[in-house]
Amino acid sequence: MIDLGQNYVRSAGATDVVVIGAGHAGLATSYCLSERSIDHVVLERGEVANSWRKERWDSLRLLTPNWQSRLPGFMYKGDKPDDFMSMPEVVDFIQSYADFSAAPVRTHTTVTSVRQQDGGYRVISDTGEWQAKSVVIASGACNIAVTPRVAAALPEGLESLTAHQYRAPEQLQAGGVLVVGASATGLQLADEISRAGHDVIVATGEHVRMPRSYRGMDIQFWLDRAGILNERYDELDDIVRARGLPSPQLIGSADRRALDLNRLSDNGVRITGRLMGINNSTAQFSGSLSNVCALADLKMSRMLDAIDKWIQCSGVAANVGAIERFEETRVDSSPCLTLKLDDGSIKTVIWATGFRPDYRWLDVPVLDGKGRLRHDGGVVEAPGMYVLGLPVLRRRKSSYIHGIEDDVREITAHLHAYLDKSRRAPHNAGRYAATKTAHVASLGLG
Amino acid sequence: MSAVLKAVDNGVNVEALLGAREALTAAPEAARFVWRAESEWQNGTHTQSFVKGFFGLGEEHSHVREYVYDTDHPEVFASEDKGSTPVEFVLVGLAGCLTAGIAAVASNRAIQLHSVKATIEAPMDIQGILGIDSDVRNGFEGIKVSYQIDADASEEDIKAIVAQSQKRSAVFDIIANPTNLTVEVNK
Repeated sequence: MIDLGQNYVRSAGATDVVVIGAGHAGLATSYCLSERSIDHVVLERGEVANSWRKERWDSLRLLTPNWQSRLPGFMYKGDKPDDFMSMPEVVDFIQSYADFSAAPVRTHTTVTSVRQQDGGYRVISDTGEWQAKSVVIASGACNIAVTPRVAAALPEGLESLTAHQYRAPEQLQAGGVLVVGASATGLQLADEISRAGHDVIVATGEHVRMPRSYRGMDIQFWLDRAGILNERYDELDDIVRARGLPSPQLIGSADRRALDLNRLSDNGVRITGRLMGINNSTAQFSGSLSNVCALADLKMSRMLDAIDKWIQCSGVAANVGAIERFEETRVDSSPCLTLKLDDGSIKTVIWATGFRPDYRWLDVPVLDGKGRLRHDGGVVEAPGMYVLGLPVLRRRKSSYIHGIEDDVREITAHLHAYLDKSRRAPHNAGRYAATKTAHVASLGLG
Repeated sequence: MSAVLKAVDNGVNVEALLGAREALTAAPEAARFVWRAESEWQNGTHTQSFVKGFFGLGEEHSHVREYVYDTDHPEVFASEDKGSTPVEFVLVGLAGCLTAGIAAVASNRAIQLHSVKATIEAPMDIQGILGIDSDVRNGFEGIKVSYQIDADASEEDIKAIVAQSQKRSAVFDIIANPTNLTVEVNK
């Protein structure tokens, strides 16, 4: 046998599992499949950690502290556990994991189609074709920046940027900036653009307010210890809502500062309601600003109540800071409801209105009417197909890098059992037809 | 009497509401409703409006009886005051919608209500409708709703119910957000 080196990966052929995407989720999957000696390949359209390299703005740091950065068999070993990784540091962390785990990654291989075939899957890429019994989709949650329908009515002459296109304030022309959306993305961009000297207006609908530090510790410490991050997807009141929530208003910075609408107001940023329409070059904002702020304040208080209760019950109260409550979000008594977009005061609109995964290559009927994968905690409806790395996939922490470990161990256990079962009862044409019929019936088309 | 698991009765059929939510999630087409009103000018600024039929759940429905509403303007507008002004009707709609929402949300959260009262104020500069100053809008400058609620719940829980009711209110949305409006004339 010729030794081709541990990182040699065939360009095509048959394997048990094709993992799509070599980010933290795909690499963690690969690690756990290797632990179980399951033959697999990881296909990556660009480089390892591609989205972290190419689809983030310059100043972004993780919302989670370094001590929390861990992947199966791997953890942060640096000397700054309380700092937040910059994007080059995240890329380094994930690349080191790929090297450490010797994951069979085929880079610069874009998957163009996945379809069901012979009881398994045919995965077509721009460098070759694979036949697999199982497919794990780990291609990320933020492939496409979503813009609301009103974006189409933006007057000509305004620069319009998504969070994927924005890099730094230097790329903006002088003048006012309307930031649409009040997630971590919207607030971080509004903050740095305003600090760079632009007039900034933030349009906010429902949002998630969260202090950076609480009772002397990082908020992530309490969310972790109090078990909030471990709440399971099948135990949450409204999983659809939980999965659709904007990211919490946090920023990872060396000074551990908080970032919320009050901080932005203090720095001269104007806050207004959700952008509802653009009519005759005039933006129209919702009059619900005071209610969405009240909702966010109430929800934050409820979360802090839960943390206080946990601290009380666990008996660590003597060793931590005192209970804190934060100032209610200050809302202008008559916030701006309309804004002329063609009088030169606003030069740029930035859409921080969320992201969605890209499944255009997926030729298996597993998407719902809104283009979301139909899955139960990562077990996709099509037999042998799985997804990992989506927000609140199996737990609240699934939205974060460290959340992948528990998810990937459970999913690879399910996948392993599936492979064993299909080996004991090999597929034949009749079985496939039966599966297909059941599948179509479940779509209401049968 | 045991205070544990006390049944809440706000007169809201929570099970039916939750059942409807589940059924309509599975059959979104049935969730498409059309609301209607008809009106006829009487005299002066007096108009009578009628509400009876509506469409929903895939078919025509009818209220248990026809409701008739009179709108007019007060005597200070040199009108005969045969009914409340149309803008007051908007406030009536808002009060009805938010309060219904409060009852539904409270029931769903197993909170007993004893009394729910609201005062609504909506300032308006009528220089707008009189065409005196084109910089003044015709509509309200703003709307302020104040609730006084007596319920078996903490102040925070009551605030949360009122916030949730606003979030799910149709009239709140109709007032707070733009709506495309077309008026046509047929022979």
